[in-house]
Amino acid sequence: MSVSRKAAIAGIFEHPTRNAPDKTALQLQAECVLGALADAGIDKKEVDGLFAPAGGEEPWISLCDYLNITPHYADTTTIAGPTSQHLAHHAVAAIAAGLVSVAVVVQASKSRSGEGGGGRQRISPVPGSFQDIYGPAGIGVYAMSATRHMYEFGTTHEQLAEIAVAARKHATNNPDALRREPITVEDVMNSRWIQWPLHALDCCLVTDAAGAVVIVSAERARDLRSKPAWILGTATAPAHTSGGWRDITTTAAAKSAPVAYKMAGVKPSDITMAMIADHYSSAVLLQLEDAGFCAKGEGGPFVEGGRIQIGGQLPVNTDGGGLSSAHAGFRGMQNMIEGTRQLRGISYNQVNDVELVLCQEAGGGGYGVRHTAATTILGA
Amino acid sequence: MAEYVKPLPTINAETAPYWEAAKQHKLVIQKCKKCWNLQHFPRAICGECGNMEFDWVQSSGKGEVYSLTRVYVNRAPGWVDEVPYVFAIIQLNEGIHMISNVVGTPAEEVVIGTPVEVIFEDVTPEITIPKFKVAK
Repeated sequence: MSVSRKAAIAGIFEHPTRNAPDKTALQLQAECVLGALADAGIDKKEVDGLFAPAGGEEPWISLCDYLNITPHYADTTTIAGPTSQHLAHHAVAAIAAGLVSVAVVVQASKSRSGEGGGGRQRISPVPGSFQDIYGPAGIGVYAMSATRHMYEFGTTHEQLAEIAVAARKHATNNPDALRREPITVEDVMNSRWIQWPLHALDCCLVTDAAGAVVIVSAERARDLRSKPAWILGTATAPAHTSGGWRDITTTAAAKSAPVAYKMAGVKPSDITMAMIADHYSSAVLLQLEDAGFCAKGEGGPFVEGGRIQIGGQLPVNTDGGGLSSAHAGFRGMQNMIEGTRQLRGISYNQVNDVELVLCQEAGGGGYGVRHTAATTILGA
Repeated sequence: MAEYVKPLPTINAETAPYWEAAKQHKLVIQKCKKCWNLQHFPRAICGECGNMEFDWVQSSGKGEVYSLTRVYVNRAPGWVDEVPYVFAIIQLNEGIHMISNVVGTPAEEVVIGTPVEVIFEDVTPEITIPKFKVAK
């Protein structure tokens, strides 16, 4: 299939400045996005694909927050000089595939005026100067979403602990997992506070981790060594401060999961097992709700009684997760790898008759402020 | 005064009115001149309509804790002596959320719904940071 003539440039904006010491790159990007949309005569609400190079604090999501937009396709691929054309190349591919209809590619760089330096840790004028000066200490913004969930829905510390217990149970069978000694709910409750309401055992490990996946066309998949794990649905979505008020008990997964389910033509009750990014126990609970496995607020009862353990109704993180196996700031890679193992029948905690796997990763800046989610549905 | 070793905000043109007001012990919220939308954190562009001109309206400074965490582990200078401390989202009476610390009360006593009011910490001769204390 040729992508020629599948997409066209509809709006353009070149920023008139050649020296902008008073503006951040983020602001310059935002002005250019709005300028190009104005030139195209398209409202920013229609933007469903944002292509912005990596760099600076919280790339991509910061720009979504600053502009108050919610695209569902993200790309920050950065390859030096040709970056913008390369991102345009990706935009064409996304449009040709029917995943995006209005893409914005943006780039801004302050090579002349610079973006600061100096010995003391430099906080960004926006958004850092309105949060990092108050000492979030890494997980503060995640912890706040757990606090609010407990307040609104009565979720308990014990229910959060069940998630950590389930991950550790799975890790006992994974020879590569970092922590393999079984733990109980009581062990979790007795571990020290890191950032209340999260105990030490509610928090993911800090390990090295790496992985890669090869993704091929359907035609190439006809002749493979192993059973392919078909990608049936895929989506990305942001969540942010929305200009000053957001329900922090809902993650961006509430936006990415429905898109992925629709693409795959399946519903939550069709899913056999789930890989859900467990940066914290509370992260799993919120994402289970947002992925439609139970109603908002019912995540606490849902994780009780072994429901998310091997042998339960919806096994979660059968490799031991970030809570017990591996966590180096991401879980999406392990999600796809363990999801594929389950479909191939080679997991250390193999679920019977795996048909559909949901891979869900919501993370980044933190659920209390801004983050991105991605949902990938794999099938036999 | 003792040197302030915690991170300082970086002030630029788009946020300068906020920090200028803080130095005068006023908490201000950006209000779009075109569509009257209130927004926080401040930025050069209105998140609703894209306009770039603003009024800066003074907040009552009163609100309540919308959510919080009590930070028990933070080894960074300036913070290490204060754990546990409160890192919170404050809901101002104007309806806007902002992130801040709640100070002056033991962390264990601060909960969702605790009423708070703004105070101003003059951390350097140039910079004042809004924080909150429990309201009586």
